[in-house]
Amino acid sequence: MVGLVWLIPALPLAGFLVLVFFGKRIGEPRAGWIGTGAVALSFVTACIVFVGLWGEPDHTYQLSLFEWIPAGRFSVDIGFLLDPLSMAMVLFVTGIASLIHLYSTGYMHGDSRFPLFFTYLNLFVFSMLVLVLGDNLVLTFLGWEGVGACSYFLIAFWFEKDENASAGKKAFITNRVGDWGFMVAIFMTFFAFGTVTYSEFLPMAPGLAQTTATFIAFMLFVGAIGKSAQIPLFVWLPDAMAGPTPVSALIHAATMVTAGVYLLVRVNPIIAASASWIPWTIAIVGCATAFLAATIALAQQDIKKVLAYSTVSQLGYMFLAVGVGGYTAAIFHMITHAFFKALLFLGAGSVIHGMHDEQDMRRMGALRKIMPVTAVTFIIGWLAIAGVPPFSGFWSKDDILAYALNKSPILYVIGLITALLTAFYMSRLVFRVFYGDARWGESAEGELANLKAHTAMNAGTGVDAVTGTDTGTGTGTDTDVLVDTHEDEGTGLSSVHPHESKWPMLVPLVVLAFFAAIAGFLNLPFTDQLQFLNRWLEPVVGENEAHFEMGGVKLTVELLISTVVAFSGIFAAYFVYLKKKIDPRRIELPFFANGWYIDQSITAFMGGVGRKGFELIAMFDKVVIDGAVNGVGRATRGGAARLRTVENGYVRWYALMIGVGAVLMVAFVLTQVSF
Amino acid sequence: MSVSILSSVLAAAGSPSFPILASLVFVPLVGAILIALMPKSRPELSRQMAIITALLTGVLSIALLVQFKTGEAGFQFVVQQTWVESLDIKFFLGVDGISLFLVVLTGILFPIALFAAKPDHSPKGYYAWLTLLMAGCMGAFLALDLFLFFLMFEITLVPLYMLIGKWGHGRRIYAATKFFLYTMLGSAFMLVSIVTLAVLAGAGDNGGVSFDFTKIIATDNLATTTGRWLFLGMAIAFAVKVPSFPFHTWLPDAHTEAPTAGSIDLAGILLKLGTYGFLRYGLELFPEATVWFAPVMLTLATIGVVYGGIVAAMQRNLKRLVAYSSVAHMGFALMGIFALNVEGIEGSVMQMVNHGITTGALFILLGFLYSRRHTYEISELKGIAKVAPVFAGVFTLVMLASIGVPGLNGFVGEFLVLLGTFASNRWWAVVATTGVIIAALYLLWAYQRVFQGEPDEANKSFPDLKISEKLVMLPLVGLIIFLGVYPKPVLDRIEPSVKRVVTRLEVKVEGFREPVTRDGADLLFKAGSSHGLNEEHSLRSNPNGTGANQ
Repeated sequence: MVGLVWLIPALPLAGFLVLVFFGKRIGEPRAGWIGTGAVALSFVTACIVFVGLWGEPDHTYQLSLFEWIPAGRFSVDIGFLLDPLSMAMVLFVTGIASLIHLYSTGYMHGDSRFPLFFTYLNLFVFSMLVLVLGDNLVLTFLGWEGVGACSYFLIAFWFEKDENASAGKKAFITNRVGDWGFMVAIFMTFFAFGTVTYSEFLPMAPGLAQTTATFIAFMLFVGAIGKSAQIPLFVWLPDAMAGPTPVSALIHAATMVTAGVYLLVRVNPIIAASASWIPWTIAIVGCATAFLAATIALAQQDIKKVLAYSTVSQLGYMFLAVGVGGYTAAIFHMITHAFFKALLFLGAGSVIHGMHDEQDMRRMGALRKIMPVTAVTFIIGWLAIAGVPPFSGFWSKDDILAYALNKSPILYVIGLITALLTAFYMSRLVFRVFYGDARWGESAEGELANLKAHTAMNAGTGVDAVTGTDTGTGTGTDTDVLVDTHEDEGTGLSSVHPHESKWPMLVPLVVLAFFAAIAGFLNLPFTDQLQFLNRWLEPVVGENEAHFEMGGVKLTVELLISTVVAFSGIFAAYFVYLKKKIDPRRIELPFFANGWYIDQSITAFMGGVGRKGFELIAMFDKVVIDGAVNGVGRATRGGAARLRTVENGYVRWYALMIGVGAVLMVAFVLTQVSF
Repeated sequence: MSVSILSSVLAAAGSPSFPILASLVFVPLVGAILIALMPKSRPELSRQMAIITALLTGVLSIALLVQFKTGEAGFQFVVQQTWVESLDIKFFLGVDGISLFLVVLTGILFPIALFAAKPDHSPKGYYAWLTLLMAGCMGAFLALDLFLFFLMFEITLVPLYMLIGKWGHGRRIYAATKFFLYTMLGSAFMLVSIVTLAVLAGAGDNGGVSFDFTKIIATDNLATTTGRWLFLGMAIAFAVKVPSFPFHTWLPDAHTEAPTAGSIDLAGILLKLGTYGFLRYGLELFPEATVWFAPVMLTLATIGVVYGGIVAAMQRNLKRLVAYSSVAHMGFALMGIFALNVEGIEGSVMQMVNHGITTGALFILLGFLYSRRHTYEISELKGIAKVAPVFAGVFTLVMLASIGVPGLNGFVGEFLVLLGTFASNRWWAVVATTGVIIAALYLLWAYQRVFQGEPDEANKSFPDLKISEKLVMLPLVGLIIFLGVYPKPVLDRIEPSVKRVVTRLEVKVEGFREPVTRDGADLLFKAGSSHGLNEEHSLRSNPNGTGANQ
């Protein structure tokens, strides 16, 4: 059974190949079914393989298909390493991907490039599976780049709009900065070990000199922060929300962005062998990212932007977990996060769909009555991410916090504050979207005020008729900017009639909600027997995991604190957004809304100094280097004035000269021939 | 008709006595002469003749590939015919793993270039020059006689000069002249080196003059300083040809003004004459000088990788952009050679082949674009992906290959080059790896401006690829994927010859040991100390070959 592992990535690849060649002819909806079917079959295969893996020694199975790049002493295979870690990854990746494919058949309905969407999606799943199953660093890198390329395609899926195209490009290039680190790490790994195959070099890692291990670990970390959107390379992820919402759910929440965490967990023996500042750096960067992104999420108005920053923040938790030696906790949180964040994104997609491509929360509200299934499932996701017991996020976040406390109380406290912020901003989102007054079709408060002022002013000057048309076109373009170039566009302000989505979109929501609720039971902290995930991952990470006693009292206190924190966040949001006791503007500071001005600063730097530098170099090429060449040419020909006369008829003159030369040469050779 | 001819040729080429290498040179040569003799009034005849010639040569090169013995390091299919006895000049051809795929690339790319584009006027001359160019390239890659190599190397200049000057666009005269004079000047240095070498090192029967490559490398009587000077002479010619920073500025001009077929062959094949020259006539003829000059060459290569990418990003003309990207990509090929280890050099040969394929494909696509819009200016183009999805899709694939995304061909060569260079000169590799970021930057940025967005009026009716155009792209796209997924057959054939070269370097150069990895055995590990490592592997005056323990 376990020998079928190659089928897991092969099925989405087959789906991709069918769709790339015949997708257009197959058309909607069958292209969607093929794509969904391929991934669903892959999930079924993964389950079968999972059963088979129980029978393998150490729950590990390796399969090498063929030698990929052999050169000198270097050699890598196209081969798969199936161990508890990759198995866990494969199961949740294929499972969630199947659901999101199904969802997409509904969400992408009517899009002119419907088949292409599933083509990319299948290619993505294939790449992601290669990433986690690859038995060596280079094959992992292949998957790593493959998911990056698919992410690029899918962010820019509606490439007619320039900002979507820019967002895709930004994602790819930012990721490439990380890839630089990944590649250097591969070179160093090969240099040190003579191999890049996990099962060969990881066992040797404990003997590695500390500086070498540090170098490799640091470079892999650079790669990981690119893919997993950590400080300072997180700026691409919020922009990546330009892609269709299922893409945000699958790629930019559940799977691809966790690849960096996976990589670090995979090479945990290298991290263990490196200098102590490496895990500290990982933990601090993770913790800082978690906190920073949470503050930014507080002040976003776009429902997807809130979720995007929330993803960055949750990925920060996972990095924190890796840094403090809680590898299982990192994977645990990765899995629960995959469930609840995919759920939240799909729920948001359902809302956006139902609201006719409205993403601004200022124009939502009271949707729970109209979209009951979406609302209930979304609320489950909210409770999970907010850390309310017994939903899944509570257990996994608490697991991480326990490890953080073991390492440093400061990390623990910042983690707790972030948890409070998380509960707060997620409650804000839920209250503003599903509760409160219906503000559908209203323009946002600020804009409304502006409009009024505008009208009043114009009215004052006494051009009523003109004013009417003015405001009309003004709001018209406003909606145009906000809606995607999606099939069923919002048709105007007054005609917003939210509706509940159809079953292909609701089924995934219900399934994901179920798992978001119960996934915590994978790893309950009370007894060793209940820590299924811990025991399952033991062969991969057990040796290098931080070990500490978690007594009954301490555990109870910690769980209590976490619970209190979660509820405080929720109640705070309740007072601000439902009871309206406090003006939200005192919390949603512009500093947060603008993401601490980090993105702007980087963009300004790149567009300013960076661009200037590039231009200078290009100028240098033109003036100095090429100028020198032309200068030499000019000098030999005695000035520019004569050059022009020489250039006339140059071709013929030269042809003649060449011809004469050639004839002379051949003649010479012929006289010497001695055949 | 032509199919039956081709199949009978294939059968004949299979017989052991068939002089396949000579026919690789003479078939296009004779073809060129025949085309030149054809009446001007029947242009279609010259086209057919050119296509038949190119296809025949292509089939012969495939036959060569099939018959090539994989495990052998030395030259195969050798033919020798004395030519100028007094100077020991021979018509001497042979192929090994290093030249094999360049020959095959020539055999594949030329017919494709013929199908990809037609001349706008005077077809007869165009086809004659193009076919002559093919003969020159084949001869240069196969020659084992220095005089013959020089002759072939020079012969390639004339057709390309004519192609750019007569069938090019815009400032074609300026570009053609610049190209011709620049490379000619470089060749002058090479000629001096070659003649000196023939006189100094020659052990021929006639008064110690010999141009025979095998004889020259067998004798070993070059003084160190002389060797270095002669290497420098050769290096100038090859550095111009590659082109390596700072000798590269002829390339963007030549590409911009060249007709499509000229660009394809220039980027795809002619540039490889430079890197191939370094490998065959630098590394093999002057081992000591190669090791001595390696840091300089590596530095130029690294600058080329980064600098070429940066300048490419700032270009407003697509052809100039691809030309500068060639500077960057050929920088990788140059870098691998001077890594001086098997991984690096194998990667370099692989990179030459891959660059030929991807850049050839890019220029073909740009040719299609030009035939529709009559411009290469990025600012004139917009939103093409919406109206021509297949064109955009193929372009995307080729672009990703060029960026070096693993799974496609471009990755394999670049990766091996950097891997090899990392083992010998770590920090050069670390800097050059930033080239992968820059490559993504300039290509994706150009892609966005040309293909994405809403198409404006001028680009609204951009027709998608025709069947014939798809057929032209098919072999290249196939190779891009095949070589990315399964480069093993290619690498297996390259490797023995590369090992031969590197081993020879170790034998000839005192104190030189191939810079290699630790193989998990020794000194990067705690048990050992870092000092032993540094002594053992400080190969040359190289401040950066130190171990990680520092």
